Amino acid sequence: MARITEIEVNGSARRIDADPETSLLHVLRDQLDLTGTKYGCGEGECGACTVLLDGIPQRSCLMPVAAVSGKRITTIEGLATGGRLHPLQQAFLDEQALQCGYCTSGMILTAWALLRARPDPSEQEIREFMEGNVCRCGVYHRIVAAIRRASDLMKKSNA
Amino acid sequence: MNLGSITQAMNEPERYELDAPPQYHFELDRRHFFKMLGGGVAVFLVLKPLRAFPQSGARSGEGFSRFQRQLPQNLGAWLHIAPDGAVTVYTGKAEMGQNIRTSLSQAVAGELRAPLGSVTLVMADTELTPWDMGTFGSRTTPQMGTQLRRVASVARDVLVRMAAERWNVPVESLAAADGHIMNRQNGQTLAYAELAQASALAKAIIEDDPLTPATEWTVAGESVAKIDGREFVTGEHKYSPDMSAPGMLYGKILRPASFGATLKSIDLSGAKAMPGVVAVRDGDFVGVAAPSEQEAERALAFIHAAWNTAPQISDRELFSYFKQNTEEGNSQGWEGRTSHEMGSVTSGLAKAAHRLKQTYTAAYIAHAPLETRAALAEWKDGSVTVWTGTQRPFGVQGDVANAFQMALDRVRVIVPDTGAAYGGKHTGECAVEAARLAKAAGRPVKLVWTREEEFAWAYFRPAGVIEISSGIDRDGTLTAWEFQNFNSGSAGIMTPYEVPNQKIEFHPCKQVLRQGSYRCLAATANNFARECHMDDLARQAAMDPLEFRRKNLNDERLLAVLGAATKQFGWGRSPKRTGHGFGLACGTEKSGYVATCAEIAADRASGMVRVIRVAVAFDCGAIVNPDGLKNQIQGAQMMGLGGALFEAIRFGNGRILNGQFSSYRVPRFSDMPEIEVVLLDRKDQPSAGAGESPIMGIAPAVRNAIMDATGTALFSLPLVPDGLKA
Repeated sequence: MARITEIEVNGSARRIDADPETSLLHVLRDQLDLTGTKYGCGEGECGACTVLLDGIPQRSCLMPVAAVSGKRITTIEGLATGGRLHPLQQAFLDEQALQCGYCTSGMILTAWALLRARPDPSEQEIREFMEGNVCRCGVYHRIVAAIRRASDLMKKSNA
Repeated sequence: MNLGSITQAMNEPERYELDAPPQYHFELDRRHFFKMLGGGVAVFLVLKPLRAFPQSGARSGEGFSRFQRQLPQNLGAWLHIAPDGAVTVYTGKAEMGQNIRTSLSQAVAGELRAPLGSVTLVMADTELTPWDMGTFGSRTTPQMGTQLRRVASVARDVLVRMAAERWNVPVESLAAADGHIMNRQNGQTLAYAELAQASALAKAIIEDDPLTPATEWTVAGESVAKIDGREFVTGEHKYSPDMSAPGMLYGKILRPASFGATLKSIDLSGAKAMPGVVAVRDGDFVGVAAPSEQEAERALAFIHAAWNTAPQISDRELFSYFKQNTEEGNSQGWEGRTSHEMGSVTSGLAKAAHRLKQTYTAAYIAHAPLETRAALAEWKDGSVTVWTGTQRPFGVQGDVANAFQMALDRVRVIVPDTGAAYGGKHTGECAVEAARLAKAAGRPVKLVWTREEEFAWAYFRPAGVIEISSGIDRDGTLTAWEFQNFNSGSAGIMTPYEVPNQKIEFHPCKQVLRQGSYRCLAATANNFARECHMDDLARQAAMDPLEFRRKNLNDERLLAVLGAATKQFGWGRSPKRTGHGFGLACGTEKSGYVATCAEIAADRASGMVRVIRVAVAFDCGAIVNPDGLKNQIQGAQMMGLGGALFEAIRFGNGRILNGQFSSYRVPRFSDMPEIEVVLLDRKDQPSAGAGESPIMGIAPAVRNAIMDATGTALFSLPLVPDGLKA
């Protein structure tokens, strides 16, 4: 199979040179230095490697790079615009919803997709949607609070 | 060199209480120093021998880096105020999510009377920061926090004196605030930056003049947000696995077929034939380095190895094995057998109206920090620099130096703020492996352990067996307490309850799995056994568990957290729904006092146990950062729920059988109970560390709540890995 030479990340076309079977995670981290996307388990169980593919959260560790051609990839580095934090990033800071921070980018991107589908999620909806993301430091309560806060921030900015 | 045996031997558990430190003479080469720093005000903390931590092995002057050799050699920390007013603090402690970069900065800013934003911490870099035994044992806040406040307070005095000289006024007429010295008489001010145009050097000694009392703290004591939080929510922060270097290769290690296996034969030719691949065999160490991670994986698959293995026991035989294989010596680097005896347990039991004998067990569990072990190693002119996430940068420096039989000053270890450790990153095996591959490749090599490697080849919280034999008299007063701990460790082993007759012993056992430190270490297992037992005794005495504990407790601080947690929880007042149960537990460890109440719901039909609500009260002396503390306490409850309910390492024949997140369950969003936290801010008490001890109450509280709900007494951690048995 032909090598993959280009993907679209955070709004720009990026040159790469990868075997089609290479995971998107490795391409992002090792070829594009987008290291905000983390390796956590390699089996899609922890969510640290979550990216958005056309706005849908996906496990980049299990995603062959060949499967993303023609799709828009968003990583944590692509969330802030013009140095201005996305409301979710701001809310994670406001609620101090992190300790070591290693799960944070996966949490924020998963929550991004939740808020797009459900702008005003209940606590139960947040828990269910976020279930696939592990925070070993156990900051879950604050993450739920941060998602609630981001929902409020986004409602205000849309009002 | 046999790297395999070296990495096995490197695991060094905590030693909290060692004295007898080395003595070094103090000398400052002023000229040298300012040449390095470009002037400004510098203050060094000179450690007195008291309670310093000796490094294992000799620590000679030769062991210091070239940079450090210019510095006095018995430093705890040092601080520099540059001519632009920037305050840089150098400490060997490492940040891994416990938020000490922020809390230590607060301590410095408060004591220095400088804006928090002017303070930067340089942490955990063997070239730049003073030697430190490691970031563990809840020592950062009580020890490093105090040292840094001392340094900052001396720096403030130096600045006041410099201003007094400049204005030719008595120091008493001056005050320091917000990065300025002010003349109280005329309101004139001088910024620290202006004063630091001149050079000054001072030393601080730990017993110097008193520090600002907690009641008068500024900056410290406030809920300051994580100082560099923005870098984490934007993905900019570079953890060890995110580091890179020009020309870097990716490493992979061939793991033995089982623990302790040795190489019988190996064929590296397939791997070596691959373009750009370096394959190394050194004793039982086998690894490859390749231009990409995929090529490294492929190269590894081309290696054919045969191993000598030996049969090993499984988790099913573990507890009887411990009982039959005690090792009273010091073979694992543990403190060895400990024994405490007071009065006579035999006569205490004879006097008792009720006697109770129970055995408790705790499984091996994994730290499973989300950032697996990773290291980037780069050699240059016979020296190596390693970036790696570890709690013991200076220990890892020694590990690398030993592995390559080179001087310490040829090894530099830098610890980027790390994706957690929980006691699980004391050792330097990943750093050594990366350095070995980089040496062979002649290029920088990054090695990131897989999740499976992290589960199997790191180390575990010790499993253990605890036997308790006790007696109470007719009114519920403890008369006898015998506590025998096999293998899990002696942290938190002493009972906080008043018992005239007690015998408390720890027996190290022959190693089964590689084991080491863990958040709160043995205190969790010891407190679990003790607090389960206390509940069962209360039941025998037909007393409320809270009343029973109060009757046997005399510790004012423990009683206070017990009172606060039960008040918050509504102990004895909350109505109980069918299938629900309430439980409580308390304990003290590392100068932290915790009480935890839990409400659980048990479904007999499905066997499901859910923790509904937790109230926890904690006292760690004067609080440095209330919100940061609350975050640690909440997190400790969540993490503790895993070990309480379902986490257990399964193993057999030298292999881990559930070393993946798909088979080793860790707490998730669905496991969240409601958690209420009560902080007791004891400004009259020194600040203690808080990352560990809040974890020790949750397991027994949940167990006691299950007992309350179902009448089923459980004796093993985890409590319900497969649900409640019918």
